[in-house]
Amino acid sequence: MNADVCVQRTRHPSRSSMALILFRAFLTCPDACVFQMVQDPTQFDVLVMPNLYGDILSDLCAGLIGGLGVTPSGNIGANGVAIFESVHGTAPDIAGMDLANPTALLLSAVMMLRHMGLHDHADKIQTACFDTIRDKKVRLKSLLGGLQYFCSFKSKFQTMKAACL
Amino acid sequence: MAAHSAVLSASKIMNPFWVGRLGNTAKVFGTTLIRHRNKTSLTPPPAKYGGRHTVTLIPGDGIGPELLNHVREVFRFTCVPVDFEMVNVNSALETDDDMNNAITAIRRNGVALKGNIETKHTLPASVKSRNNVLRTSLDLYANVMHCQSLPGVQTRHKNIDIVIIRENTEGEYSSLEHESVSGVVESLKIITRNNSIRIADYAFKLARERGRRRVTAVHKANIMKLGDGLFLQCCREVASGYPDITFDSMIVDNTTMQLVSKPQQFDVMVMPNLYGNVVSNVCAGLVGGPGLVPGANYGRDYAVFETATRNTGKSIAEKNIANPTAMLLASCLMLDHLNLNDYASLIRNAVLTTMNETRLHTADLGGQGTTSEVVQSVMRVIQSKGQFTAEL
Repeated sequence: MNADVCVQRTRHPSRSSMALILFRAFLTCPDACVFQMVQDPTQFDVLVMPNLYGDILSDLCAGLIGGLGVTPSGNIGANGVAIFESVHGTAPDIAGMDLANPTALLLSAVMMLRHMGLHDHADKIQTACFDTIRDKKVRLKSLLGGLQYFCSFKSKFQTMKAACL
Repeated sequence: MAAHSAVLSASKIMNPFWVGRLGNTAKVFGTTLIRHRNKTSLTPPPAKYGGRHTVTLIPGDGIGPELLNHVREVFRFTCVPVDFEMVNVNSALETDDDMNNAITAIRRNGVALKGNIETKHTLPASVKSRNNVLRTSLDLYANVMHCQSLPGVQTRHKNIDIVIIRENTEGEYSSLEHESVSGVVESLKIITRNNSIRIADYAFKLARERGRRRVTAVHKANIMKLGDGLFLQCCREVASGYPDITFDSMIVDNTTMQLVSKPQQFDVMVMPNLYGNVVSNVCAGLVGGPGLVPGANYGRDYAVFETATRNTGKSIAEKNIANPTAMLLASCLMLDHLNLNDYASLIRNAVLTTMNETRLHTADLGGQGTTSEVVQSVMRVIQSKGQFTAEL
């Protein structure tokens, strides 16, 4: 395990212009990483890995935070080309019934706004989203299954809209 | 010899008392006490030299040597009729002489208990992982790991009882890589029909023998259509011969997500090599960590026992803080394999009593105990059963 300290100028306007980033070459095999992830995921910050390990670890981490219904993602390519998407399924059984959890796609849109440099809008929507999830009265059935309360997507959206303003 | 017979007769009489006194531990682990009496295929080698077995011992690196010393200490104390033939493997050497000696010794004795041998990244790529070489040379095709929640260990999920069967000789661990163009490396993942049928058959046989109801094949056949597709097809073919056992399959990324959210849904899982590595580590983390779970590698003719997650533990070596539970339970699996079931039950119960009732935990479980304190506690529990023992 090596530790190198790098200084990286960040382009994020709301953060200080010089950010100290600790780069730790955590030479870990995926097996050692996963059991540490399961036992104490807070020790990790940013992870970089090849394709297959990323597939496995990203789903594992999604399971730790509540499932694919709340997990955003983005695919970044060269020259600023990017596609942001939720990674859950198409769920045809609940399509058009006002039951789907919008969190994953909404947070993916927040990632997109950050990618475009629209940080203020991104922060506003993200804060509203998190506050709405924290509010126990307005929670979709698909989140942490078995909850007593569930509501329609529309009412969740109304709550978030109110929080944004 | 007379003392040995007396020990065995005494243990047969004392058995009912042990089950009563263990209380809660026995209720939870009732099946554990007798599970290893029924195991798949393999006939253990005959005891040699006057009723005593000889087992190859490979200390390995990191915490391996100290934990195996503790195993020998417990065996000596309990008067287990096993002698160890120690074979050291120096992981810093590039030559294969050490490994060849170890493999020859295991072929001679049939059974081994080992610590993990470090794979140094500074050595050239042509030097393969010694652990891998051992498994492939001896054709130890099945890695079996039984993950059970322990009542004395605080974890987020309870009532986990999963058996993981991992194909141990091919897949992504075939060590076949080449760099045809500079900066472009190709790694070959080998999946063969023979080995896939063999491991699937092992899984279903084990499930039937242990009274398990469901086998789940873990794969990534949507992406690796030929490789994992073949594995899945072989599992389905074998499943058709076991109509009493439910068979289903799950993609590996979904599997890890389900494991961390609802692990109780799984019963027996069978999978190729790399997914087995990942899934077994996830399950070890779910039940309390790598210090708790023993592992076994079975082949047609040989068996090698070690900790399930195969960690070297270099950072905690020689500090007397490593958790000896996994290695002690692995030695119990070895004793079951040698048909020394009474000794296996005795040591296993003592370890589980220390873990669940005395609750003497090492640092990895959030406790203050040292390795030696845990081992001393295990030996005290063994002594308290009235067993004939050596001096503490």
